[in-house]
Amino acid sequence: MAANPMTQFNVYRIGPEIKVGAFDISFTNASLFMIISSVAILLIFNLGSKKNSLLPNKIQLLAELSYTFVSKMISDTAGSKAKPYFAFIFSLFMFVLFCNMFGMIPYTFTVTSHIIVTFVLAAFIFIGVTVIGFMKHGLGYLKLFVPSGVPAVLLPLIVVIEIISYLSRPVSLSVRLFANMMAGHTMMKVFGGFVISLGIVGGWLPLSFSVALTGLEILVAFLQAYVFAILTCIYLNDALNLHH
Amino acid sequence: MIKKIYFQSIFFSFLFSMEAFSAESGGMPQLNPEFWISQIFWLTLTFGILYLVLSKLILPKISANLESRKSQILENIEAAEKQREDSETKLKDYEEIISKSRLDAKTIFNQAREKALKDINAKREVLDKQIDDEIIKAEQEIKILRQNAPDKINKIAIETSSELVQKLIGAEINNSSISAIVDDLSRRNGDKYYGN
Repeated sequence: MAANPMTQFNVYRIGPEIKVGAFDISFTNASLFMIISSVAILLIFNLGSKKNSLLPNKIQLLAELSYTFVSKMISDTAGSKAKPYFAFIFSLFMFVLFCNMFGMIPYTFTVTSHIIVTFVLAAFIFIGVTVIGFMKHGLGYLKLFVPSGVPAVLLPLIVVIEIISYLSRPVSLSVRLFANMMAGHTMMKVFGGFVISLGIVGGWLPLSFSVALTGLEILVAFLQAYVFAILTCIYLNDALNLHH
Repeated sequence: MIKKIYFQSIFFSFLFSMEAFSAESGGMPQLNPEFWISQIFWLTLTFGILYLVLSKLILPKISANLESRKSQILENIEAAEKQREDSETKLKDYEEIISKSRLDAKTIFNQAREKALKDINAKREVLDKQIDDEIIKAEQEIKILRQNAPDKINKIAIETSSELVQKLIGAEINNSSISAIVDDLSRRNGDKYYGN
């Protein structure tokens, strides 16, 4: 019998319950995969930056290509002023990418398929970008909500829309990633369940679907990490170069 | 028939599994707040450490590596460019030297030829002059000889004729009368004898 496709998202305690005051901060499978992703990133990039040879080896090439990829993405979308935030966006991109990719391995847990994780990241980005905007432009940052070249009659409406769209940024950012990951994994689980329930006779069709979906999901895993990072860059661009 | 069974089984199994989901109806584990705080805590911790290690230790190293490679490549390109320029100037120098020496060789050759021609001309002139002088001298001698020839012939003619007359008639004849006759004859027939 096909298992409930949502059980793969269950968070469960590993080890003893840890409580700080009223808060339960027990080590869970989610924590485990956060740590695995972080350690994998650190290992790969540490190996990739250890030796400096003129002709880079494979792992160094990987690290340097990722570096130039992210730095190009930032300079293309947010300009040169975004350079101090390079490390943050790089870690963010790598963290989301590795969490997504580790989720693609069977029997693993997808950290980014939980709304709370993506929402914390998105909220942090939202607050950070807003703080940067106000620090750079003072109250002038509020001009972001007043687009230039809009007739005065439409202005109240436009300003309201702009404020709503600005406030919905963390929600859209977090829900996009979470929903993509959750939907993809659920679908794969459902098709996997079909393979089992249809058996050797009818299971081939859902199996082929499953194979195709795996490829698609790997693409989605990369794409969503990229989208997450590039949207952060765009928000950062709004805060750094106010030209609405 | 098999096809029909196949699709029917897919359809029913789909229905069945849908029923199974709704039956359990656990909903989304994501919306269960039991481990939210734990997830927030561990996310902050791991991501914070990841960010710190990446930004303080690893990324500066990668950027330094990239920079050093870039500068090294630029340096190498510069050195290569310099050497190329050097070789180009050297090639130019070489070509200049070649063309210059070619020109020199030509002028030296021309000078030598001119000198030789001059020498030849001078020698020829001297020789010509000598020859001319010799010719003039010889001509003069010939002229003198020619001028003296009729007188001598006349004298010989007078003497022989006077001797002939003496032998023939035994009479002595005045030389002056004979010479008058000879002169007269030679004057008349001079053209025939001497070609003057």
